[in-house]
Amino acid sequence: MTLEEIIRHLDAEVILCQHAPEKEVKHAFAADLMSDVLRLDTNEVMLITGLAHPQVIRTAEMADISTILFVRDKTVTPGMIALARESGVTLLRCGQSMFQACGTLHAAGLQPVF
Amino acid sequence: MEFNYHIEGGDFSRAGSASSEIKKILKQLNVDSRVIKRVVVALYEAEVNVVAHAREGEMRVMIGVDVIEATIADKGPGIPDIALAMQEGYSTASPRVREMGFGAGMGLPNIKKNCDRLDIESVVNAGTTVKMTTFFTG
Ligand SMILES: Nc1ncnc2c1ncn2[C@@H]1O[C@H](COP(=O)(O)OP(=O)(O)OP(=O)(O)O)[C@@H](O)[C@H]1O
Ligand SMILES: [Mg+2]
Repeated sequence: MTLEEIIRHLDAEVILCQHAPEKEVKHAFAADLMSDVLRLDTNEVMLITGLAHPQVIRTAEMADISTILFVRDKTVTPGMIALARESGVTLLRCGQSMFQACGTLHAAGLQPVF
Repeated sequence: MEFNYHIEGGDFSRAGSASSEIKKILKQLNVDSRVIKRVVVALYEAEVNVVAHAREGEMRVMIGVDVIEATIADKGPGIPDIALAMQEGYSTASPRVREMGFGAGMGLPNIKKNCDRLDIESVVNAGTTVKMTTFFTG
């Protein structure tokens, strides 16, 4: 699925775009636990999370995650955006709950990591 | 090449900045991206441990031709039982640390998984030294 399809399926807001809309996103992983994110072996993953904190951006940077989707309209601070810009991470936000966002994207064909 | 960074305990706004600098350096050196990920994930887990559990620390990273050696030494409470701390799920993290998505007790096992050699020394009420080695090839 492409970035632009993900945005369309969720009517998501693009907070910071650092990739082409046609960028292919193969897998997604949903977590509020950064410890879990840091254990992933897969690259090219989109992180879906309800946790809005600078450490989420740092974790994505270390784990080679290029896109983060914040659910439930979480507040993304200017500090988080600056950090994401520096590390090349695209930030999206949607109003749906974690379960709803995951269900919608899964039904549309986005694959889990495992 | 050798690099040194200071890590401030409790300062979650800057947690990860040292590991981030090392990531940039390894990228510039054209190290394989899978190796970079292993190295920086291990460094970041160790850096976050200093921020979450200790008062302050230093990260010293030596980059050789085919090896990276990192020592993260902190002043803090130390780890009374290292074998126990190495177990998945063991954590003494505060509620504040847990709110930030950490404190699952997976960091030390994840460091072990991501480096080729891991040495942990700790003195209770003094501090902890984590030394990790990763080879670029093989
Ligand atoms: N630098 C340190 N100083 C003092 N205690 C430490 C240090 N690093 C780890 N510990 C102790 O070892 C435990 C396990 O560490 P580990 O990194 O595996 O888990 P965690 O930090 O609690 O959670 P996670 O890493 O999953 O976010 C910690 O909860 C803490 O009690
Ligand atoms: Mg830890």
